[in-house]
Amino acid sequence: MTLPPALSIRGLSKSFGPARIITDVTLDIAPGERHAIIGPNGAGKSTLFNLISGLYFPTAGSVALNGENISGLPPHQINRMGLSRSFQVSNIFTNMTVRENVRCGVLNTMGLGYSFWSNIGANKTAHAKTFEILERCGLSDKANVPASLLPYADQRSLEIAITIAGDPDVILLDEPTAGMSQSETARAVDLIAKATEGKTLLIVEHDMGVIFNLADRISVLVYGEILATGTPQEIRGNAEVREAYLGDEALPEELA
Amino acid sequence: MSTQDTFDYSAHVPSNAEKFRQRTLPLLIFAAILVAIPLTGPSRTMYTLMHQMGINIVLAMSYNMLLGRAGLLSFGHAVYFGFGGYFAMHVMNWIADGSGIWGGFPVFLLPVLGFGAGALAGAVIGWPSCRRAGTTFAMISLGVAELVASGAFMFDGFFGGEQGISGDRMNGPQMFGLTLGPISQVYWFIAFWTIVGVAGMYAFTRTPLGKLSEATRDNPQRVQFIGYNPQRVRYMVFIFAGGFAGLAGAMSAVNYEIFTPDAFSLGPSGFILIMAYVGGITYFVGPIFGAILLTYMQSMMSDFTDAWLLYLGVLFISIVMFAPRGLAGIVFGFGAGLRGPRPRAFLITWLTHLAGIALMLIGLIVLVEIAVRWSNGYGEAFAPFGLPLAQSNPLSWLLVLLSALAGGALTRRAARMREAQA
Amino acid sequence: METIVFALVNGVIYGLLLFMLSSGLTLIFSMMGVLNFAHASFYMLGAFFAYTIMGATSFWLALIFAPILVGLIGAAVERYGLRRVHVNGHVAELLFTFGLAYLIEEIVKIVYGKTAVNYRVPSILDFPAVQIYGADLPAYRIFMLFVAMAMLIGLWLLLRRTRAGLIIQAALSHPHMVGHLGHNVPLIFMTVFGIGCALAGLAGVIAGNIFVTDPSMAVQMGPIVFVVVVVGGIGSLEGAFVASLLIGLLQNLAVGINASFADIFGFLGLTSASEVGSITVSSLGPVLPFLLLVLILIFRPQGLMGEREL
Repeated sequence: MTLPPALSIRGLSKSFGPARIITDVTLDIAPGERHAIIGPNGAGKSTLFNLISGLYFPTAGSVALNGENISGLPPHQINRMGLSRSFQVSNIFTNMTVRENVRCGVLNTMGLGYSFWSNIGANKTAHAKTFEILERCGLSDKANVPASLLPYADQRSLEIAITIAGDPDVILLDEPTAGMSQSETARAVDLIAKATEGKTLLIVEHDMGVIFNLADRISVLVYGEILATGTPQEIRGNAEVREAYLGDEALPEELA
Repeated sequence: MSTQDTFDYSAHVPSNAEKFRQRTLPLLIFAAILVAIPLTGPSRTMYTLMHQMGINIVLAMSYNMLLGRAGLLSFGHAVYFGFGGYFAMHVMNWIADGSGIWGGFPVFLLPVLGFGAGALAGAVIGWPSCRRAGTTFAMISLGVAELVASGAFMFDGFFGGEQGISGDRMNGPQMFGLTLGPISQVYWFIAFWTIVGVAGMYAFTRTPLGKLSEATRDNPQRVQFIGYNPQRVRYMVFIFAGGFAGLAGAMSAVNYEIFTPDAFSLGPSGFILIMAYVGGITYFVGPIFGAILLTYMQSMMSDFTDAWLLYLGVLFISIVMFAPRGLAGIVFGFGAGLRGPRPRAFLITWLTHLAGIALMLIGLIVLVEIAVRWSNGYGEAFAPFGLPLAQSNPLSWLLVLLSALAGGALTRRAARMREAQA
Repeated sequence: METIVFALVNGVIYGLLLFMLSSGLTLIFSMMGVLNFAHASFYMLGAFFAYTIMGATSFWLALIFAPILVGLIGAAVERYGLRRVHVNGHVAELLFTFGLAYLIEEIVKIVYGKTAVNYRVPSILDFPAVQIYGADLPAYRIFMLFVAMAMLIGLWLLLRRTRAGLIIQAALSHPHMVGHLGHNVPLIFMTVFGIGCALAGLAGVIAGNIFVTDPSMAVQMGPIVFVVVVVGGIGSLEGAFVASLLIGLLQNLAVGINASFADIFGFLGLTSASEVGSITVSSLGPVLPFLLLVLILIFRPQGLMGEREL
């Protein structure tokens, strides 16, 4: 018996009024695969993420997570079924410390639900789990810093830390390295590789270096449609992709 | 999870000693003060005042579970106080009748039932109202409160009509040997439940739900993506806030032995909001400050002046405009300033500011008091410290103008000094 | 029959009055995100100012100058109060207006006393204008109808036919975009706040003399106006209009029905001896808007015509 795909997108479409942002996207992502989505600005990458994670309601089509239909479910239920996402703009709890931020993400897997009968500070497992994640994301020495005072790159790391805190099977990262310097990006790639080990990863990224290092397969999204899907080598050699996506721009060296 | 064994996180979390110093100790000191107060032999007036303070502390803190901790601005919190109180009043009468199981129920434990009634009211009313947050929630809370307040005058069977429901607390089994007859015995009842309420609400902030409540306040969208439904978080917090308000209601029922439908109206709801906000909603202890100060003002100032509500309004607006962190913010800011790098300069600025505010206050008081006496038309003149300040006396207007101007100049100077120091 | 006609006419008048208040509240809220808790206080100020001006001069001058005065006060409140609080967010703004409502009420009590003032319908309009089914419809009611309609048309023209109206409309649906277009947003805010308050003041001028002009009139009106805004759908002027008329008609029709619950639900075994059974529909009148609010919240949380999720 073969496992169902970790994420199975079938004929997904989304329109806002007359504007079609996503058109008939079909994509299967195998368990453990690292899949990147690239495409020019405005291609609908973030919209696709919002559809998968439940923030938007699809106009047509469906999404299945490990064989179970999740389209139409509210975001918190999708999250509880094992899909977690990060945001392009840092979306953290600014009035809390770094540690508290991650701890909020951890609560769910601890089976702590909406509980009001247990003291969170006395929960040793939650502590250990929180610090394991902080450590993995290189934030443990900043554990007690208020999140709003973190430098930008660390906020991005925290964004990822919150995303993986709930032990999801499928992780969606929306431009995790956007706005980072080269050295910060290198560190972030390292972090992402470590943090998502053994998980299914769907990542939107502009930095080709990041993608070709990280991804097993790549999909190219242009005007809300998938133009091509394949291994990095296949995408690199695809003439259509070069023309449509890269146009006359100077080719990044990885592609050239 | 190899890191779990090797990484020592104890350096990054508060040690047990720190936890004791920062969390348990303040509560113990608070309890010790409450226990010590009767040793000073307070007068009957003092007792009455302190009882109202205890009730208002629990009430204002329960309100802050919504406004400060969950970001929910409610204009109808008195509703839950009212339901808790009314239910307690009814049970008090059932205890007096000795009918059924109620004959054996101690009056001392009524706040437990008040909590239940308040929480139930929160569960029923919160269900339609907690679907929306922000300003919409505020409007809804006002409408629902009006509905309940009008309904309270309609269903006399439960609410007792205009004259309300009264009872007698000296029935049923005693606890801790308290008959609850003399006012000094009621003190222990109030003190006990004030501490239980404060400790309970503090404990709530330490639970996962308490933390999620803060997370939902800061970023409801992200809460969805860590697997929680923000509406459900708000709803559950709302139930608890209603419960603690109901607890305060039952404290009030035992203390006054009467409850009237007026308890539900918008006035009390507004007063709760003002207490919590003036005290400082970003601090857990803020509402305690607000409850103590405003209860004192309410009982003392209404004897001295007709315009106490006007002063209350001015105080509230000033806090909203100039000190949004409330009294607690001012107190803790003062402490932090003195421990800062330049305590002397800080103190001078602070005192300048204080003097400016005091002068403006004098101007305001003279103006308001003259106006109030003119409005009453009894021909009585405002004469503080034997100084007659009639409205026809140019000295009065000079005083108003001069102190306002001088006060304004001083506060501006203080603001400039603060800028120079920053 | 005549009771129904009267209820309809009064309902429409009361509804239009509600719309004078709720349209200003909606405009202010949609553009600035500020829920003006003191909105009904400006309605009260309109009535009291009209009383003063009418005492010194005439009703007609009051009709013109009282709303202008209220509008100026509103603009000053925005300029020197709200704008300062703005940095602390919408909750702080709402709380500021909440405190303001307190202050206005207390100041009115000091200046005008705690009881109702004798603000009367001008004698020139104090005669029965039409007879319907043998009963008189006072001329002043007709006059109110005209003023309300004129205000409605004026507002419509302002929004549809002027440049400022275009900007306000744009701000209603896309509040964040208008600032990027290079418009003087603070000035627009101050103007809109002033106009909204002036509309409330106008409602006070024409309603204060047929209802009661006393310091509690703001507290009585305020919550109903909030209900109108929520029921209509937040940010929707059309919704506010429909909800205003709906609530106006509901309340006035209910007052005319003397049937008790026992009469209506008698088939369920409800008797007039029981507490619920003895409640009459007419006594429910004041509660109806709030009942409607709860029903709307349960069955249509976005309001009758609301689209924007908040």
